[in-house]
Parts: sequence; structure tokens; C-alpha cells
Amino acid sequence: MATRKSAKKPNVSADELTQYYRDMLLIRRFEEKAGQLYGMGLIGGFCHLYIGQEAVVVGLEAAAEDGDKRVTTYRDHGHMLACGMDPKGVMAELTGREGGYSRGKGGSMHMFSTEKQFYGGHGIVGANVPLGAGLAFADKYLENNRVTFTYFGDGAANQGQVYETFNMAALWDLPVIFVIENNQYAMGTSQKRSTSTPDIYTRGEAFGIPGEAVDGMDVLAVKEAGDKAVAHCRSGKGPYILEIKTYRYRGHSMSDPAKYRTREEVQKMREEKDAIEHVRELLISGGHASEEDLKAIDKEIKEVVNASADFAKESPEPATDELWTDIIADVAPQNA
Amino acid sequence: MATEILMPALSPTMEEGTLAKWLVKEGDTVNAGDIMAEIETDKATMEFEAVDEGTIGKILIQDGTEGVKVNTPIAVLLEEGESADDIDTASSAPAPEAKDDGDGDDAEAPKSAETKATAAPKSDTSPDWPEGTEMENKTVREALNAAMAEEMRRDDTVFIMGEEVAEYEGAYKITQNLLDEFGGKRVIDTPITEHGFAGIGVGASWGGLRPIVEFMTWNFAMQAIDQIINSAAKTLYMSGGQMGSPIVFRGPNGAAARVGAQHSQDYAAWYAQVPGLRVVQPYSAACAKGLLKSAIRDPNPVIFLENEILYGKSFEVPKMDDFTIPFGKAKIWRDGSDVTIVSFGIGMTYALEAAEKLAEDGIDAEVIDLRTLRPMDTDTVIKSVMKTNRCVTVEEGWPVPSIGSYISSVLMQKAFDYLDAPVINCTGKDVPMPYAANLEKLALTSTSEVIDAVRQVTYR
Repeated sequence: MATRKSAKKPNVSADELTQYYRDMLLIRRFEEKAGQLYGMGLIGGFCHLYIGQEAVVVGLEAAAEDGDKRVTTYRDHGHMLACGMDPKGVMAELTGREGGYSRGKGGSMHMFSTEKQFYGGHGIVGANVPLGAGLAFADKYLENNRVTFTYFGDGAANQGQVYETFNMAALWDLPVIFVIENNQYAMGTSQKRSTSTPDIYTRGEAFGIPGEAVDGMDVLAVKEAGDKAVAHCRSGKGPYILEIKTYRYRGHSMSDPAKYRTREEVQKMREEKDAIEHVRELLISGGHASEEDLKAIDKEIKEVVNASADFAKESPEPATDELWTDIIADVAPQNA
Repeated sequence: MATEILMPALSPTMEEGTLAKWLVKEGDTVNAGDIMAEIETDKATMEFEAVDEGTIGKILIQDGTEGVKVNTPIAVLLEEGESADDIDTASSAPAPEAKDDGDGDDAEAPKSAETKATAAPKSDTSPDWPEGTEMENKTVREALNAAMAEEMRRDDTVFIMGEEVAEYEGAYKITQNLLDEFGGKRVIDTPITEHGFAGIGVGASWGGLRPIVEFMTWNFAMQAIDQIINSAAKTLYMSGGQMGSPIVFRGPNGAAARVGAQHSQDYAAWYAQVPGLRVVQPYSAACAKGLLKSAIRDPNPVIFLENEILYGKSFEVPKMDDFTIPFGKAKIWRDGSDVTIVSFGIGMTYALEAAEKLAEDGIDAEVIDLRTLRPMDTDTVIKSVMKTNRCVTVEEGWPVPSIGSYISSVLMQKAFDYLDAPVINCTGKDVPMPYAANLEKLALTSTSEVIDAVRQVTYR
């Protein structure tokens, strides 16, 4: 099966297209700022940037409805911004401050928003896959017609628990979309060196789970595939796999010199395939926006990102007694 | 020569069973492999096959006899040419009592504190239910089953998943009748994929449900330990209190009998180390019931460590509509003044048996059942040691480090001036569990080790 590409003519409205542009740009500028703050020592530990992969979450969020759930791995800032979490709260979590989503106790890889049905941010590769299926299990049990987007990478796709989960998700018809964000490198190991199948989604066939490959540098193709997957899950037919071929421009984490690939390879992707440039061209060539309009959006995004950085710097560190809170709950938190 | 057919052990923990039905009668000829009888074990009804050929000379134990000890002669098989008259009286005499191996099966809790009057204040041994409550006799197995059924009736979001929990009704029959009553939506057989279904359980707890995840034994939960610790225990903290995991992980823990190293391990000290978890290891049926009901209602992930050998043991359980026991409250089974014995789970069988035997020699032991290891009621232990000035801890887990070593450290810090002897930890030995019967016995702790330890700390 060929990788899904978008129709020649965009099948979305000008407003939607503009929104994708805005949402993708927010992620990119936010991540650039996070990289900057990391360099200044304001963000510590691991920090995995999403730059290059923006079309994946923006396209799929466009296919989601209110109440649908999402859960992902440690490269999670983009997912949080795309589902509508406040950039200030995300950035302040990155700096480990009181104003962060987890009040500074989670960090880059561990953030949650029950309000936006974002169930983390998980640091153990592959572990969020059964968790996502579990969320879908709950939705099916409660008969609430929701779907769960369970994101993981090409690296996680080699974890045993992923296939344990495929089996049970198919067996029990769970409304879960397995989104494999294939950025071609599991940290420093290319897919060729780590994965027996070139198209990972085909592994679902063994479990009777349909799936397809999607051009992840094309937000319209992602949206279209997302619509199809959501319709499949919501109609009670069980899980669906989207293998979204994407590319990360930065290293695995901030400390990764990315010696495992050439500068030219990265450059070529940026120049020829960039998802934001793609939408920009569509907006201009379709006469939906002028250079001036787009410049205004850029400026607006920059202000939002700067405000989040200011907030993240100014927000105080958590009070020392926070060390001892949230270990054991007295009453059940309202998770769902 | 006539051969005695003995009551077989048909499960690792079977000590006695019911001779449900004979499928042969006196005078019948049998060949090896023929099914001779149906025997009910503590878990299931099993068919019992002949291993030799011959003629059934005499049936010694009739259909429907309950409580037939393993190795009791149940019939006599005659070789060709022999007749029933050849059976000598010795071989058909009542079987000797099943050997008491000192594993403390008869270590029932004392009815009341019948201790000598001493100057020391009496410890509170009052039960977890109001005085005058009607009691009934239940096995730990029945108590666990009732706790789940009651909670599933009470709350629609409670469901159970695990290997063989539904149609097979539990590998150890803890989920008996649940599928019938609650249906396949709430009683779910999983494939053999602990890592995967533990994670699905945690995700479901985030999605608004209250899962009970049964591990066929806790040994297999090592496949799932990442989900238990990284996903279930830490999420409340990592989310700044936004999200928690109300889930119960339960199943048999510790050594059963003769199942070897990979199937015989006590995880009490492992899980008790993890902040964010509740860890429960009950001994009696009443504690099992009251604590499991609390576990299912608790908003946190609960590790519920059962024991296969205790499943078939009977205890008094209060007849109450809604009986729960709070976490973090130890139970004093026996008031005493000379030494404090602290244990939990199956360790209590050694502790209580030792206390009985020591009493015969005038050594008066106080016996504390921790019941929950996280939170741990160290206050009750400290208070007791301030009275007795000596302490012995008892558990089947490994010694490095153990629940006992933690208690020793707490006592050193909080009751140093009250201790008249170093605390002794009776534990499982620092070896993988051997298979051979004699070595297995040595690898576990025992009543006699507890008695020796008490003599050492009391210098008597």
C-alpha cells in the first residue's frame, strides 16, 4: 500500500488550513524556545524536541472530537500544545516550577491534563501503549463512544508489550488508534538497523488490525487518515494503526549530537518536506492568506511563546513541602 | 501381595480431600490408567487413575468421605490369585494421622488472651468488629471471593481481569461464581500477557474504572512490574495530584509447596519499598475480607499479597453487611509480656504456634500481625516492645533487606533504651527456593526457629 498523501486540492476550508498553520507554528516556536531555555540551564534533565513532526499531532487533533483521549511517550510537548493545553503551564513544567502542569514534580516527560484528556507523557518506551488501550477499555466499558489516540515511536514498536496490547485490543475491539510516529530513528539507531519490517503498520495484520502508512510531513494527509481511523474506531470495529512517516530535525534529546545521520539528510528534509512550509505555500498559492497575514500570525505566536517563557522563568520553584504531597490520595482523583 | 491404594495429593498444597465417588467396586478388575475414583481437592474435582493392575479387594474409605488425609489407605488392590480374605488386618487398619510437619496448620489463633496476670498493661486485642457480632466459619478463599462479589455489587465500575479468572473460575478458585453473577463484561479472561494486561488495567483505572487485576501468582507479576511501579505508583505524584490509579493487583505470593525457585518468592519487601503503593498481606480470612474490600475502594494502587497455603484455612469471619478494615492498623492476636513477635501473612502461623509452645514453658509472647506493610503500623510494634523489651520478627521473604530488618531499624531509632536484647529476624534463607522437600523446609523459616529466637532474646 502506498503512503497516504493528501489530495492535490486541499479538502479543508481556508480557516482550517490557517488553524493548522498556526498550531504547527506554535509547536515549532515553543520547541525552539525550550531548546534555548535548556541551553541557558533553565530546563534540566531530558528534553526531547518535536521539531519536524508537528503535522502528526496537528493533523490528528483535527480529527479528534471533544472527550477523545490521548497518551504519548516522552517526546510530548507537541501533543500537549495541540490538544489545547496552556503553553505557560507546559513551559513552567519544563523549568520545574510551581506554575507547571504537575507543579514542577513531573518535568518534560511527565505531564498530564485531565481537563484536556491528555494522559501523559511517559518515560518508559512502549509502556504507554497498554495504558492507551486501557483508557480505550474504560471508554468501551462505560459505552461513551470515545476513542483514544495512543502515540508511540518506531523504536517503541519493537517492544513486546506493544504486541501484547495489539492482541488484546483486537480481541476485545477496543476503540484505540495506535499512532506510530515513525521518525526513522530510535534514538541513534535507524529503522533499517533495528526493525525487521520496512512498514511497521503491517505488523497489525497478524492481529487482524487494519492500518496504513501516512505521509507525516503533510498535515492534510494526516487529517484525512485520522478521520478514517476515528470513524473505524467509533463505529465499534476495534483498533486501527496509523504509521505516520515523519522526521525529527533535532537530536533525540538535547544532548544528542546526531552523528548517526548526515547534515545533508536533515537539510534535505527541511528544504523539501517541511510541513509548515507546505501549508504556508498552500495558503499563499490558494489566495487564502497574504505574506502580511502570515507575518501577523508569526508575530502573535512569538508573543504567546515569549509569554510562556517569561511565566516559566518567573513562576517560583515549588514549595519544599511539595516534596511530601501527592504520594497517596485520600479521595479518588477525577481522572476521566 | 495386596497393595494399598493411598489417598493421592493432587495439588502442590493439598493435605486432605474428599473422596467424592468411587467408579469401581469391590471385585472389579482394573488396569493401569483406569479411572478409579473422583477426588475433590482444595481447588477442583480430579479423576484418580490406577497405576497397577489387579482386582479391587476392599474399599476402605467410602464415597462422600470428607477430610481424607493424603496417604491414607483408601482401598486394597489384589494381585492375581489373591482373595479378599488374604487382606490382613494391619493393612486395613485406620491410617496413621497425617504427619504433622510443623508447618503450623493447627496454629489457630488463641480464643482470647489467657495470659498470666503481670504488671505489664494489657495490649488491645479487641477484634475489628463490634462485640456480639455473629460469626461464621469461612476459608480465606471464600472470604476473598465474598469481598470481590460484595464490592462488584456495590460499584459497577469494579471489574476483574486476569488469566483464568472467568470460565475456569480462577486457577486457585478465588473467582468462583463471579462470571455467573457478573457476566463477561466484568469478569474477563486475559491472554497470558502480564505486562500488557497490567498496563491495560492501569489505563482503565485512569479512564474511570476500578480494576482488580489478578496475577495467577505474584511471580508472574515481575513481567508487569514496570507498569505497577512506573505507571501505577508514580502517576499521582508526577501529575501533581491530578491523576491517580485506583487499582488492586492481587494473587498468591510466597512459597506454596515444592514448586521450585521461580514459583516460590515473597515480594513483601519489594513492594513495601515503593512510595505511592499500598501493600497488604493478610493472614486470617476476616483480615483478607476486610482488607480486600478496603483495597477495592481505595483511590491508590494496592498490592494485595495472598498465600496459596492459607487459601484453604478456615477462620471466624463476622457476619456483617459491610465489613472493612482500615489500612495501617496492626492486629494484636495475643497479649503477652515477655517478648513481641511481629509477623504478617503466612508468617503468622509460625508466630502463633511458637507463642503457644512458648507459653507451655512460661514464656509469654505478644503476637502482632502487621497486616499492611505500607502503611506500616510501627507505633503498635514500638508500644509493644516498650512493654516486653524484646522483639523477634517472622517472615518467609529473603533477609537482605527484609521487613524485619526495617522494623529492627525503627526499633533501634525509636525504642533503643527499651530493648534488652538485639532484635532477631527470622526470615527465609538467602537462597533461591530448592525443590527437594527437605531443603525447601530448611529454606523457609519455621516455628522452631521462632522459638529458638525467642529463647535467645529472652535469655531463657
